[in-house]
Amino acid sequence: MAVADQPTRMFGQAIKRREDPRLITGKGNYIDDIKLPGMLHAAVVRSPYAHAKINSIDTTAASQLPGVVAVFTGADIAQEQNPLPCAWAAGGVQNNVNTPRALAVDTVHYIGEGVALVVAESPYIAYDAMELVEVDYEPLDVVVDAEEATREGAPQLHENAPNNIVMHWTCGNQEAATQAIDSAEVVVRQRIRNQRLIATPMETRGYVARYDAATGEYTEWMSSQAPHVHRLLLAAFVLGIPENKLRCIAPDVGGGFGAKIFVYAEMAALLYAAKHTGYPVKWIESRRENCQATAQGRDHITDLEVAGTRDGKITGLRVHTYANLGGYLSTIAPGIPTTLYGRMVSGVYKIPSIFVDVKGVYTNTAMVDAYRGAGRPEATYAIERAVDLFADEIGMDPAEVRRRNFIQPEDFPYDNGLGMLPYDSGNYEPTLDRALELIDYQGFRREQEEGRKNGRLLGIGVTSYVEVCGVAPSKWIGLMGEGWGAGLWESANVKVHLTGKVNVTTGSLPHGQGHETTFAQLVADELGVPYEDVVVEHGDTQGTPFGYGTYGSRSAAVGGTAIYKSVSKIKEKARKLAAHMLEAAEEDIVFENGKAYVRGAPEASKTIQEIALQASVAYDLPQGMEPFLDETTYYDPPNCTFPFGTHICTVEIDPETGKVNVLRYVAVDDVGNVINPLIVDGQIHGGIAQGLAQALYEGVVYDENGQLLTGSLMDYSIPRADMVPHYELDRTVTPSPVNPMGVKGAGEAGTIASGATVSNAVIDALSHLGIRHLDMPYTGEKVWRAIHQQ
Amino acid sequence: MEISVTVNGKTYRHNVPPRLLLVHYLREQLNLTGAHVGCDTSQCGACVVDVNAQSVKSCTMLAVQADGAQVTTIEGLATNGAYHPMQESFWEMHGLQCGFCTPGMIMSATALLQRNSNPTDAEIRHALEGNLCRCTGYENIVKAVRHAAQQGRAGSNGSMHQGAKPEVPESAEELEHPRRDDGVPEKPETVGDWEGENAGVDETTPMGQGGM
Ligand code: FES
Ligand code: FES
Repeated sequence: MAVADQPTRMFGQAIKRREDPRLITGKGNYIDDIKLPGMLHAAVVRSPYAHAKINSIDTTAASQLPGVVAVFTGADIAQEQNPLPCAWAAGGVQNNVNTPRALAVDTVHYIGEGVALVVAESPYIAYDAMELVEVDYEPLDVVVDAEEATREGAPQLHENAPNNIVMHWTCGNQEAATQAIDSAEVVVRQRIRNQRLIATPMETRGYVARYDAATGEYTEWMSSQAPHVHRLLLAAFVLGIPENKLRCIAPDVGGGFGAKIFVYAEMAALLYAAKHTGYPVKWIESRRENCQATAQGRDHITDLEVAGTRDGKITGLRVHTYANLGGYLSTIAPGIPTTLYGRMVSGVYKIPSIFVDVKGVYTNTAMVDAYRGAGRPEATYAIERAVDLFADEIGMDPAEVRRRNFIQPEDFPYDNGLGMLPYDSGNYEPTLDRALELIDYQGFRREQEEGRKNGRLLGIGVTSYVEVCGVAPSKWIGLMGEGWGAGLWESANVKVHLTGKVNVTTGSLPHGQGHETTFAQLVADELGVPYEDVVVEHGDTQGTPFGYGTYGSRSAAVGGTAIYKSVSKIKEKARKLAAHMLEAAEEDIVFENGKAYVRGAPEASKTIQEIALQASVAYDLPQGMEPFLDETTYYDPPNCTFPFGTHICTVEIDPETGKVNVLRYVAVDDVGNVINPLIVDGQIHGGIAQGLAQALYEGVVYDENGQLLTGSLMDYSIPRADMVPHYELDRTVTPSPVNPMGVKGAGEAGTIASGATVSNAVIDALSHLGIRHLDMPYTGEKVWRAIHQQ
Repeated sequence: MEISVTVNGKTYRHNVPPRLLLVHYLREQLNLTGAHVGCDTSQCGACVVDVNAQSVKSCTMLAVQADGAQVTTIEGLATNGAYHPMQESFWEMHGLQCGFCTPGMIMSATALLQRNSNPTDAEIRHALEGNLCRCTGYENIVKAVRHAAQQGRAGSNGSMHQGAKPEVPESAEELEHPRRDDGVPEKPETVGDWEGENAGVDETTPMGQGGM
């Protein structure tokens, strides 16, 4: 075949997204854009108390407001629905699972917990009626801090959870870690806090529910990262109906960052309202509700102890963490501070002895669950702060300490001794070298030294990270004591129609990641059809195969591989059919670039389009072959994937105001092979911004009464364009051996690295003043106080 | 109250409740759902439209205040099927991920270039401070605006209302979203009161600020 015939590979090309035309013209279809005939509007009456008994609820006045159709309370719904399930009871949670109901029945456990649902002809009327619902609360004592909640005499949230403990979980080797620490040349100890964050997708949550009384079937449109999971959990656990009586549809989703993985009370409440009013009902979360009642992230208090030698070897690590999980358990909450945090605290380092002890705790705050990175940013922050503290203590350059402790390329697959799956592949040093070079590390160190003489506060922070993503192997997550309530594979169906056009349906659920583009690139290459001929569909449980959805940076590695495998099956069938068409033996047929031919005779080929036509009309098929090219795969990978990299940033702090100014931010990531660099870089940018924002700006604040002081975008400071720097990216490529495409995952890497990177830079800028550690966020006030207390 | 508003070149007359926000009028009454609601404190800018050639957060304005106004929304930016250069640039530079902030972002960025056809990166970042994006980290948004500015200068003396013919690498049918949400009828353009016939409470408290 002439070289000119070789189609360009789509894999690896930075092509612009096919999602965008609808989104740049205002023709996206987000949840609030959905309108059904006769649709009513719901609003949720929420508790103003963080902890209170509900004595009574009087809905009379609200019900009588013209335009109000119904007002439901928790007691109404509890007659028909169960509490929401916790689907990942990791870490030994068994008898003390407490999950929310659609609406609270007798006690509220955090500010903003729903107590009544008003359904009206318009959202304005629903909001008016909310004010008329009278709830008689009896306030109870409140605890918001996880460590305090475990103390003797603290207010108790749930009868079945003494001292508010959800789980007490450990991993690693306690004895070995104790011995390493007790016998070490150097031990550094530090308490660190990883503050609570609000995911803040720009689109809040929202649902539209419909019930068909004639068939008993529900449909729910939802801003969701995992509609199949939501259908399963709502049907099987909450409503107690067969899952084939509920159809869930995610339209365009305006960001999720983890917060839309979970089953929420309002999903259930709306299904009830649709059934009992007889009309479709819509609820769109206000931003204030999003701050109060959408699951939040992080919130760890951690005591670190790191042991090592004066020549820079880390020999032991002991970590004690209180993980604040909020008033109830959210859908996968216990898995985050255990499997995704505790088992990853060793980071990129070969540390012989580690012990991790995590207490998950109930408090009178919003639920905490996965938020971009989910456990891994907390792990990275802990180990990367520990390494810097250790480097500082022994007077060694922090980059050098990292280099001396890296897991080496020949160590892979690497078992970190914490019950994590083996790290699939890695080569950490080149990312460090490249990042040091890009930022001109030595040059900046000289500038820093000079600057200090003139009172300038310059700092540089290095973070080398590894994360676990492509989260799957069902037998690991399910059987090995991880407590996951189901498998964690992914699905794909690929159909080649009579005309040769291709439809792909996937169980993944993009919400900004561009699957319609990247998955089409993948199929175009593997099947040898034009990219334009491939359409990717997702989001509707009716018409897509069951899938677990998009989170944990798993869509390319798990969902993409399911597509890849379906295409492989189609090619296999196409080869068989081509052999029949060309009257050749099957083993002599080559399928390449969309054509099947007898090896050595490419001129007499059959195109995939010709083969699809033959398969569809089915006049002449080999004995026993079914018509049509249509293959489905349920792919359960043998391992997770482990992306890694090094981020470095430089900062200058204004000594007068304490304001931190990020001078440069360099990220060298290795996410394995890259399908679309434009999209992957975009994921890294957005990821960096979120971790950087944790370091500099964001933080949820509850007062001692459990009042949320950061309840709007006025007080909860997600960054604006002028609050973040330009990011300088580069990458190394270490393909994953886990999947045939060698991809790893890129959605969370930026966030996992950037919080620790900025933290290390800020502390570095202050280290000559005797400051060893400060907790995020590094607001001007906090930094100024630290400088002036010295 | 009776209002008359020209939106994307078309004049509408409607009877609206006094407290109806402009963004809800556009979204619910006119079915122009490109302007989004992302907050309840005028922070996010997802709702930005042009009112009488000024960028306005349409969640901060009542529909009745737009009486007699000329409004341009994201839906009105493309002309004769040709994307506006700012839309092109956002597409080209991957200036959007989930797309929720995008209509407001594009409207604000377009307004910026009308004031300043050659902004620095710092000026772009400053000008977009009323528009929040949680996905992109702003890197490619800044790049897109810079690119649009360059295109504008290279092209028709900086006029941002000049639509360039889009290169069309994708076939028309692909521009359709392959989605399966059935039963979503277009709302007919009717004269009526969106609050429903029985709207009894007559305050100007915008919904969403009632909150809890
Ligand atoms: S909706 Fe957020 S500023 Fe208008
Ligand atoms: S693209 Fe998602 S908020 Fe901007």
